[in-house]
Amino acid sequence: MPSSPPKLPLSRSAVVDRYFLEHRAKVLDLAAFLDRVDRAKPTDGGSADDFRLVSLRGAIMLLLDGEPERAKRILDLMSDPSTEPIAAAPMKGATGAWDGFKPASARDGENG
Amino acid sequence: MYIDPHVHMVSRTTDDYQRMALAGCVAITEPAFWAGYDRSSPQGFHDYFSVLTDTEPKRAAQYGIAHHTWLCINPKEAEDPVFAREVLEIIPEFLKCESVLGIGEIGLNKNSRNELEILEAHLQLAADHDQMVLVHTPHLEDKRKGTRLIMDAIKNHGVLDPNRVLIDHVEEHTVREVLDRGYWAGMTLYPDTKCTPQRAADIFEMHGTDRLWINSAGDWGPSDPLAVPKCRDEMRRRGHLEATIRKVSFDNPLEFLSQTGRFRTDVQPTR
Repeated sequence: MPSSPPKLPLSRSAVVDRYFLEHRAKVLDLAAFLDRVDRAKPTDGGSADDFRLVSLRGAIMLLLDGEPERAKRILDLMSDPSTEPIAAAPMKGATGAWDGFKPASARDGENG
Repeated sequence: MYIDPHVHMVSRTTDDYQRMALAGCVAITEPAFWAGYDRSSPQGFHDYFSVLTDTEPKRAAQYGIAHHTWLCINPKEAEDPVFAREVLEIIPEFLKCESVLGIGEIGLNKNSRNELEILEAHLQLAADHDQMVLVHTPHLEDKRKGTRLIMDAIKNHGVLDPNRVLIDHVEEHTVREVLDRGYWAGMTLYPDTKCTPQRAADIFEMHGTDRLWINSAGDWGPSDPLAVPKCRDEMRRRGHLEATIRKVSFDNPLEFLSQTGRFRTDVQPTR
């Protein structure tokens, strides 16, 4: 017989009390990172917007939509959606974001 | 008292063994992995397997920690199938060692055809020698696709019982599917690239504690060999029952690993 998940024993205010400052700092880190990107010298010959930043902005939109399972949905957004093995491994590492992600606003403008 | 069921102590100092013992670690398992560089010959793997089956158990025993291992060639070195198959040929001689629990950590890295071919060869090796399996799932954007490819490969192979296979490095987007398909699942606690102790505690609250464990996967990169006790502390701070904390950090790994008939937690310090 599977056991039930252990419920979070804390009240909502206790969760905020305990974790707010930590996550306030993380939001400021994220803001400062985006500011740093804007201040940096453009890369010669580079694309206007790095695919990782496009993905990150898409993730930030999910944070604010009020729907549950934000962490899962952000991981899904950043995941390669293909299903077949690739011909050969191009490298050993991973970038952290799927390079084919397009935000909903860009997809809305596509034809066919 | 806890078990760290996935940690690469070959990359860690003896001080880490001491700290883990002081934090309550009584047993670990160390899967074979990529050392940060490609080994130049199968003999390099022979030496590595000797370290895993002889040197590390002695180092761990100094601090009263029972050391066990899993053997394989990691998917990061599987892009050359001829080389990988030469390494697979030397694994059976090490399966006789009392501290070897099975085949691992096998799986995929970039989800390539060659990686999949060598994964299937490992599954056959496990089936031929009646071994349990510890699975590595890919990193970051490759994880969800790779996790599904791996589970499909095991299903298509058709011999291995999912109850004798643990799929490691699950996160919020893969944990449910792994558990629903009958496998055990592991959450790796990394500072940046996998689960934090907080997110692991969240996942227990959302998906339950059955067939699910936590590990540090401490290695040569950014990682923390004390991540398991830190997650236990996070759960304790939230007010979870001691029985719940013990289940995910001791009882569950004990139940899964005891299927090997070789897992132990009763080593006396030798120093």
